[in-house]
Amino acid sequence: MDIPYTVEERSDTGLFNAKLGIWLFLASEVMLFGGLFSAYIFLRFGAPDGAFHEWGQELNIPLATLNTLILISSSVTMVMSWASLKLQDIKKYKLYMGLTLLCALVFLVIKYLEYTAKFDHHIFPSTNTFFAIYFTLTGLHGLHIIGGMIVLFYLWIPGRKMWLSNSEQFTNRVEIVGLYWHFVDLVWIFLFPVLYLL
Amino acid sequence: MSSHTHHDEPFYRKYIWSTDHKIIGLQYGFTALFFLLVGFVLMMIMRWQLAYPETPVPIIGGLLGDTGILLPETYNALGVMHGTIMIFLGVVPLAVGAFGNYIVPLQIGAPDMAFPKLNAASYWSYLVGGIVMLASFFTPEGPARAGWTGYPPLSVFEPGQTIWLIGMVFIITSSLLGSINFITTIVQLRAPGLSWMRLPFFVWAQLVTAFLLVLAFPPLESAAVLQLMDRVAGTSFFLPSGLVVSGEILNVSGGGSPLLWQHLFWFLAHPEVYVLILPAMGIVSEVIANNTRKPLWGYKSLVFAAVFLGFMSFIVWAHHMFLTGMGTAMSAFFQTTTMIISIPSVIILSALFISLWGASIRFNTPMLFALAFLPMFGIGGLTGLPLGIGASDIYLHDTYYVIGHFHYVVAPGTIFALFAGIYYWYPKMTGRKMSEAIGKLHFWPSFIFMNGIFMPMFIQGLAGVSRRLWDGGLESAHASGVLQWNEFMSISAWLLGLAQLPFIFNVFYSMKFGEKVDENPWDSTTLEWTAPSPPLPHVNFDNIPEVHREAYEYSVPGRKRDFTPQTVPKKG
Repeated sequence: MDIPYTVEERSDTGLFNAKLGIWLFLASEVMLFGGLFSAYIFLRFGAPDGAFHEWGQELNIPLATLNTLILISSSVTMVMSWASLKLQDIKKYKLYMGLTLLCALVFLVIKYLEYTAKFDHHIFPSTNTFFAIYFTLTGLHGLHIIGGMIVLFYLWIPGRKMWLSNSEQFTNRVEIVGLYWHFVDLVWIFLFPVLYLL
Repeated sequence: MSSHTHHDEPFYRKYIWSTDHKIIGLQYGFTALFFLLVGFVLMMIMRWQLAYPETPVPIIGGLLGDTGILLPETYNALGVMHGTIMIFLGVVPLAVGAFGNYIVPLQIGAPDMAFPKLNAASYWSYLVGGIVMLASFFTPEGPARAGWTGYPPLSVFEPGQTIWLIGMVFIITSSLLGSINFITTIVQLRAPGLSWMRLPFFVWAQLVTAFLLVLAFPPLESAAVLQLMDRVAGTSFFLPSGLVVSGEILNVSGGGSPLLWQHLFWFLAHPEVYVLILPAMGIVSEVIANNTRKPLWGYKSLVFAAVFLGFMSFIVWAHHMFLTGMGTAMSAFFQTTTMIISIPSVIILSALFISLWGASIRFNTPMLFALAFLPMFGIGGLTGLPLGIGASDIYLHDTYYVIGHFHYVVAPGTIFALFAGIYYWYPKMTGRKMSEAIGKLHFWPSFIFMNGIFMPMFIQGLAGVSRRLWDGGLESAHASGVLQWNEFMSISAWLLGLAQLPFIFNVFYSMKFGEKVDENPWDSTTLEWTAPSPPLPHVNFDNIPEVHREAYEYSVPGRKRDFTPQTVPKKG
């Protein structure tokens, strides 16, 4: 007796199990980043007037804008890879999934350049509370990118053989990780204005 | 049926790396009981220092250094580990991990949890967290000793806190994985016909609990990350400017706030209180309905009260912080929400009390524990009201009164309910009943000594004795009138330890020699009792059951038997 609704939807809830699972996970992620964002607000109000804005001037806005565009593009290619599977086009899937991974990689490289530039100027998490929360938030976001990349890579190459045995479940998996990927993207959409522009 | 393929699993697949919710439930259960014992032993050691200050501790004194005296720093460490182990490694894993895992899929007629591998990952993450916590006793720095609440700035400087935070991250991950699994299972895998209002109350309690865990634990995780940054990366999230330590201004950037930690911590830790109590209420409801042979009184009010309780528990956290100077407007808001949240608790307790009305009660061991839960939780809840009102909390804050209050909720409250659950569901897990005689030998002394420990704490607390004092108040003039209670409480604690020996014996003795019973020894209505005892590996039921009626059809007039299982079809 197998566990029901792993692939097909339950009629009264309209969900398969993993879809509910990922939404619950994302809800917990909202609370995790929510905790950190509220820490940001707390610290900003605690700092001297205008100090957060002034400290934030050290950040590189053009690079971050570029990174925002790259991450949004990766969300688009992510959807395209899922749509390709829905259209039974595994070749296009491979292409779009590869592009998603490439975007993620470029994002991390740019992030690395930003970090090292800060370290060269002797700016560290211990410098002031703005950089403390900046490094914590972007660092944790970066870890989410890396975690997502591991799963994307698995679905791109080693996990793809499932397409032959159970294409529907494989498509579901891509949809699920896509939801996660969009969430990570969305977190950045909040981080960018809050840290760089305000 | 594909179940026969599972019978050939090798030993390690079946009992160690298992993905079967029943095995994982038992793994959780035994690990959690072990940790409960560890946490209790720590407290029994601390109680020696409180009863007979600065005298060598007998038996294990050699482990504590040359003098055999429990030194202040060790006392603090044991206090932290007692709290951490009892809450995060003992009670919650037993209430949620063990009972939730074993019973919920059975009660909803599911073959397993929705994500069996995630379930195993959750257990193993919990075990790693537990081992990390225990390992901290053997590091050169020793375990954390900045209080189980880890308040900064102290926690940023005290040794041992880093390993505590790492252990917490594993435990938090475990509850996250587990609670996502519970919600998905309950929403998706209910048997045909099992609509929401037909669910046993225990399932509802677990569902609300799981939501609390999913939403409340991540802020603590973020707080743990920030504290880890403060300790490791030299940030100042929780360190204000101009902080002076050992006579020198600290060389950090400053600008942080210790209050931030308290907000993030209590945003978890208050819902956590309801994580501790809701599953207990669920267990007690099952046992009471079964042994009063009546439907639960006000099933729907119970359900709505539990849901409302869960919602409200997110907006009461700062009643732990009345003394932090956060302002009277904030205090007024949080004391109002705190008074409101007492309403659903009272609804639940009242409904359970009214359920007893006019019943011919079967006084078996699970029922004794369940009945004891009601007044004990009642005392715990009512003594909480003065703490929820800012004005009276100013006097009572951080005294033994607080300790007495929350221990009444958790120890003779939740832990008694958990005992009730163990005695009640043991036949399902083993096919045998636990010995009733030994069970009563366990219950009565436990009941008496629990009160012997915690009732005097109210007396001491009202006299103003502070918690966490190494000397138990010896050096405080205002405590001198109530110090004699220290010895009384300590002796009660040790006798309580003694009273658990029959229980430990009973668990193992009854596995072999308990009375053999059929699959429904308590004449119960809910689905878990239609499965074989123990339920089949990986599939539970011969066939997925179909549900035709509400959860508690006991003593319906005009029927032959005094119970009608949920699977019995309604007549045309």
